[in-house]
Amino acid sequence: MSIVLCRIDDRLIHGQVVIGWGRAMAINLIILVDDQVAGSEWEQELYRMAVAPEIEVRFVTVAEAATHMADWQSNGKRGLMLTGDVETMVTLRTTHPEVVQRINLGGIHHRPGRRERLPFVYLTDQELRSLQALEAGGAVITAQDLPTSPPVALRSLA
Amino acid sequence: MSEELQGVVVCHGVLAGALVQAAEQISGVAGALSPVTNTGCDREALEDRVIAAVGGRPAVVFVDLASGSCLFAVLKRLRSEQSVKVVTGVNLAMLVDFIFHRSLTPEQAATRAALAGEKSIRIP
Repeated sequence: MSIVLCRIDDRLIHGQVVIGWGRAMAINLIILVDDQVAGSEWEQELYRMAVAPEIEVRFVTVAEAATHMADWQSNGKRGLMLTGDVETMVTLRTTHPEVVQRINLGGIHHRPGRRERLPFVYLTDQELRSLQALEAGGAVITAQDLPTSPPVALRSLA
Repeated sequence: MSEELQGVVVCHGVLAGALVQAAEQISGVAGALSPVTNTGCDREALEDRVIAAVGGRPAVVFVDLASGSCLFAVLKRLRSEQSVKVVTGVNLAMLVDFIFHRSLTPEQAATRAALAGEKSIRIP
């Protein structure tokens, strides 16, 4: 198998990711692409505590992700790739469209400049345009916090 | 007399509010505990909520799970703060114990609250 889910979630590794999606999709590899967490041992340790021991967790920078993408696509694991913001996922999609084909908006919360699109998705107009550009280029983008919730198409968030 | 400890309860969803309300009903003491929910906020916003609830006072922070977004938000900015201790696996028994022992140091109050919480877990 390969990377089966690409998710944007500003809470990074937490219950919805590990329990909700991890179990439903039989995930056994979580890849957190975040430059800040990749440089913080204690934060990594804390995030690992949220994950069952049978699930491998990798903490990588955006640059490191680019060098490992091919391996993650062919290592036999079912991977969930996670970013904390839209910008990082846009970068990954741009550099590896063959990997980042479907994007899940899982949790993007309020910050100044963002507008509520769903209770768990707030986007600036620029973030929305960035995602729309990815979709125009072939990506499939939906908002869905949990597998048991109905997916909401990106066009409904405008 | 030194300042009494503040209790802060940080949980997913509506759990913190419900626990605080129940602890106040049982103890008859209001204001000793402040609830914080993770609903509707990202990591930074949750950290801000926790910091505001602690308010720079000596405190014990009770968290629902021993991992995840609530614990992360608490430890991110308070882990090196000597006047704040953190207890995970919050339950009603430990909150009630804490309410009546707020004149202890944060470490003492946290230790005995954790013990009270553990003792309350039984298969009768």
